[in-house]
Amino acid sequence: MNHLTDEAQLKEIARQIRVDIVEMLFRAGSGHLGGSLSATDILVALFFGQMRLTPADPCGAGQDRFILSKGHAAPLLYAVLARLGCFPREELFTLRQFGSILQGHPDSSCTPGVEIPTGSLGQGLSIANGLALAARLSGDPSRIYVLLGDGEVQEGQIWEAAMSAAHYRLDNLTAILDRNRLQIDGRTAEVMSIEPLHLKWEAFGWHTLQVDGHSISELLAAFKACEQVKGRPSIIIAHTVKGKGVSIFEGQKKYHGVAPNAEEYQQALKELGGV
Amino acid sequence: MTSKESTRVEYGKTLVKLGEEYPDIVVLDADLSGSTQTHLFAKAFPDRFFNMGVAEQDLMGTAAGLAVGGKIPFASTFAMFATGRAWEQIRQTIAYANLNVKIVASHGGVTVGEDGGSHQAIEDLALMRILPNMVVLVPADGPQTRAMVRWAAGYRGPVYIRTGRMPVPVIYDDSYRFELGRGSILREGRDVTLIGIGLMVHACLEAARLLEAEGLSARVLNLACLKPLDWELLVDSARRTGAVVTAEEHLVTGGLGSAVSEILSENWPVPMRRIGLKDVFGISGKPELLLKHFGLTADDVKAAAKQVLARENRGSGRGRGELSAISKG
Repeated sequence: MNHLTDEAQLKEIARQIRVDIVEMLFRAGSGHLGGSLSATDILVALFFGQMRLTPADPCGAGQDRFILSKGHAAPLLYAVLARLGCFPREELFTLRQFGSILQGHPDSSCTPGVEIPTGSLGQGLSIANGLALAARLSGDPSRIYVLLGDGEVQEGQIWEAAMSAAHYRLDNLTAILDRNRLQIDGRTAEVMSIEPLHLKWEAFGWHTLQVDGHSISELLAAFKACEQVKGRPSIIIAHTVKGKGVSIFEGQKKYHGVAPNAEEYQQALKELGGV
Repeated sequence: MTSKESTRVEYGKTLVKLGEEYPDIVVLDADLSGSTQTHLFAKAFPDRFFNMGVAEQDLMGTAAGLAVGGKIPFASTFAMFATGRAWEQIRQTIAYANLNVKIVASHGGVTVGEDGGSHQAIEDLALMRILPNMVVLVPADGPQTRAMVRWAAGYRGPVYIRTGRMPVPVIYDDSYRFELGRGSILREGRDVTLIGIGLMVHACLEAARLLEAEGLSARVLNLACLKPLDWELLVDSARRTGAVVTAEEHLVTGGLGSAVSEILSENWPVPMRRIGLKDVFGISGKPELLLKHFGLTADDVKAAAKQVLARENRGSGRGRGELSAISKG
């Protein structure tokens, strides 16, 4: 796929993806809004500006692979996959409905472009490690990308996987941590402290970067920097705002797993600029 | 004296052979490779062996990722930790996505012995049998282990195989071939069907000999393929003999006894007894002593058979069917 390096183009894609997310959730009447909007710029920069992949068929050997460990951001992943051509855009608006190819959380058995089911938190990093080991064994130059949530790193398995990725020197692996500072019950600092995050990952042997998770240029530069690292895995701690892009959703824990009502939907479309 | 083999050792040796035949086989362990016998593969193929340390959740997740990446992972640790500690990882990825991961767990049952209840998996078969897509196998001896492990390497999908710590008597010869969903008739008999898995298969064969000395004729089945279960053979056996005893080194809930009860109660209810642990955990001790303590010997199977026959003669249950009406599919 030809990458878009023009920041204005990528920003416009991110805007359209955000519109899709709001539309999907409004029509579905449920779903995870805040964490989909916080990670939108990350996934747009990654899929349209960085990863080497076959757009309509991003799973499979010989290309870069992506695991959505924070599986509740499924609406974001689906909007990206639709735009890549994995399935028609109309399917987006069947999200969470009976018979839809788009389940509430990612399910590889029915959604083209999804590598593996996720949604039960804490498991995606181990899976990404397995993919990275498989690629290395096969002499496949693929890079493996995995998106983690910040509340998600409260799961013990994340730190098991952090240890094993460093032990096996998985320099073909880049993790991105969506540091939006909110989880279902409130601020991560109040629910269960996870700081100092960058020191923890460094102590576990990871190459650790911190970026503004809404800056396309910072994200692209970080992805490139991680490609140059040898002998250890990389993590990009992307500082984000939950619900980014719509003023009434931004920084509000309420919108973690709630769809917009009609009034909120109208305001969101107005702020985002519509389709 | 019957020769004995350990199912976990036969697993380890078979893996090495399969490693030569299948370049995509990779093996993972969680710091128990000396016990599960994956150390043999690690020595032969060091680049394809991954010790994940004491981290069973990561073990299963990494195996899932390797399967998505096109490899054929065999993930091993003790049955307790494989199925207990990492059950949700197995459920959410390996079973849910129908991934090509083989979980071969050693130290099933109470014959783990001295390590005690914390290490004796008596619920692993229940935990694996309940999962959609999962195939559950419990080999009874060395040849059956070799055949099942070989079959699993060629099968595409998730498989759980339980091996044991203790050497067990050899029942099959090397001509044995495993077929998914098929049980074996190890002995013909008219009066009662004794059904075993794992080391209880040998106990059932011994019990059949003891019953014969008392003039009773027992059919003996090995339903080593616990899921999918050979329900045709099971129902046919219940019809022919009119009474059933199950025997497993596991809780009587959730494993073989439950599976057999579920099928017979819907298809051909007959008087039945289940041999196994009854709502208790294991304890430390010599394996042979523990088998005796928990009622897992040939004498216990024989006693259960006599009880179930007494019940059949009292007229409880459906009893023996009309043999002429049987058509085995």
